[in-house]
Amino acid sequence: MIRLLRVLTPWIILLILASAANAQNLIPLPEFTDHEIRETENPSARAAWREHLDLAALAVGLVLASYFALVKRSRRGLYLLAIASLIWLGFWRQGCVCPIGSIQNVVLALADPEYALPIGVVVLFALPLVFALFVGRTFCAGVCPLGALQELVAVRPIQVPVWLDQTLGLLAYVYLGAAVLFAAMGTAADPIFVICRYDPFVGFFRFGGSANMLLVGGCFLVVGLFVGRPYCRYLCPYGVLLGLLSKLSKWHVRIPPQECVQCRLCEDACPYGAIREPTVNQTAEERVRGRRRLARLIVLLPVLVGVGAWLGHGTGASLSRLDPVVRLADRILLEETGRAEGTSDASDAFRNTGRPIEELYREAFDKTRRFGVAGAWLGAWVGLVIGGKLIYLSVRRRREDYQPDRSNCVACGRCFWYCPNEQARLGLIKGLTPADTAP
Amino acid sequence: MADQHAQKIDRRRFVGNGVRLAGAVGLGGAAGLLAAQRGGPERDVWQIDPDVCIACTNCETHCVLDESAVKAVQCFLMCGYCDVCTGYFPTADFELNTAAENHLCPTGALKRRFIEARAGVRYFEYTIEESECIGCGKCVKGCALMNGSLYLQVRHDRCVNCNECAIAVACPSQAFRRVPASEPNLLKKTARDLMAKRAQDA
Repeated sequence: MIRLLRVLTPWIILLILASAANAQNLIPLPEFTDHEIRETENPSARAAWREHLDLAALAVGLVLASYFALVKRSRRGLYLLAIASLIWLGFWRQGCVCPIGSIQNVVLALADPEYALPIGVVVLFALPLVFALFVGRTFCAGVCPLGALQELVAVRPIQVPVWLDQTLGLLAYVYLGAAVLFAAMGTAADPIFVICRYDPFVGFFRFGGSANMLLVGGCFLVVGLFVGRPYCRYLCPYGVLLGLLSKLSKWHVRIPPQECVQCRLCEDACPYGAIREPTVNQTAEERVRGRRRLARLIVLLPVLVGVGAWLGHGTGASLSRLDPVVRLADRILLEETGRAEGTSDASDAFRNTGRPIEELYREAFDKTRRFGVAGAWLGAWVGLVIGGKLIYLSVRRRREDYQPDRSNCVACGRCFWYCPNEQARLGLIKGLTPADTAP
Repeated sequence: MADQHAQKIDRRRFVGNGVRLAGAVGLGGAAGLLAAQRGGPERDVWQIDPDVCIACTNCETHCVLDESAVKAVQCFLMCGYCDVCTGYFPTADFELNTAAENHLCPTGALKRRFIEARAGVRYFEYTIEESECIGCGKCVKGCALMNGSLYLQVRHDRCVNCNECAIAVACPSQAFRRVPASEPNLLKKTARDLMAKRAQDA
């Protein structure tokens, strides 16, 4: 009996299948004598209060970080706060209450009116920026879980040569440009959020993730042992915005509590290369040379932007590979022309829909063209950033004291301890008041 | 000279303050505008369109959670209560009983319960035990051979609502999309039609 069934089953199934497909009919629901047809149960979503709690935690964290960095001048407080936020925003919320990623949501909301931007995300995006306008990058110091993780592993930081530091710093601007571009090219139903896709640390927060993600994250942490905060300094797109606004900050972390005695003890204290030494006076000849160089660079800027746009336009095709529609059209084209064997899940799924292939090609072609334009914008942005950086580096600013570079300083508070005035303030140097060390 | 110096600082401070104020107002304004424009806090969440889903098994492996937020769901209205269920049994080499070797489901999450027999035909109810389901979609693919009453859904008690869903990136048929949080579940068109018809009859 069983053997017979085994032999017959495929046939029975085929028969049923054929009839079902033919009539577009289902095998009918039986009329039960005493059985109630059950309803499909759907579990309810998580409560919304959690989101509000996270925003409240963010606000409290920012206030605390600013207090520890600017008022209390407590490295220990900042360190503990960083650990707390690593646990809360990192491990508990799994890195997904993230102002860094919120850039993309804001851009998508501006690009696609279909996209409903939750107010929570607006707050998430704007709050650290507003804080940066007034107190600098205190968000980075004690609230950002990615920053906190790197802060904890930076145990043997070396000084990165200035030229390398400044050059790698440009990568963050490029990454920001790319993230904005892809977010703007996505749609509400199908967002392309590269910052989230290539977040290096989220795999650790979740104790799992793709091998690539963990590998890249591991590399960042290993490098982070010796080069302080590699992600924050050289990739973080939100850090770019924070840095720009932090330049205008009303108050900012100071290295000495009151006055600088120019003892140079703090010179090597910063693992992030954010301490700028006092400037020396220039000779008249140097000044003229500097001015000439600046003029040349200002002329160079539009050239760089133009060349960037031209080169960027050529990258449109490769950029568009991240778009699912373009990828699908490529695959279908390969299959149709016999250059790829078999079919993929994606092409099967597409053929199931019965959509005409030409329509897909047209959509993909259109998208690729738009990516070409977007690529040109990205290239122009890269040119602008390089030219702007060169000009920025050529403009001389007078500094009389050792000062934190406002855009690079993440207010970690490591330099406090190196300052003898701070030691005196804390009463750690006996019999010395800050007044004694006044120059 | 000292006067000049003081003036210069003042000017710089003035410019700084102005820019800061403009920046704060601009940021706040932009934030407010964005918030107002979008008409309230209507959140959206990830969901699978079951009519587009091909049950490729990516849901099981690509979710950032160790145990995927995607689970198989039974739409009882669409089910045929078949004895030989292609979602429950493999299509070859099986016996019609619940012994482990006969399960298509790798974790035995699909439960088979006898309901009644009429005119020699036995009817069974199939339910998903969600705590055991890993979202591989094998039953969904099997069921698609018949009525297709089993389908995959993102379960919102588990989903962490990532900004960019890792499964959506890996989804070959682009079945993942954002849906309003007030209507977080999707049905097949057939199921919607059946429900409409049922409501009409009642």
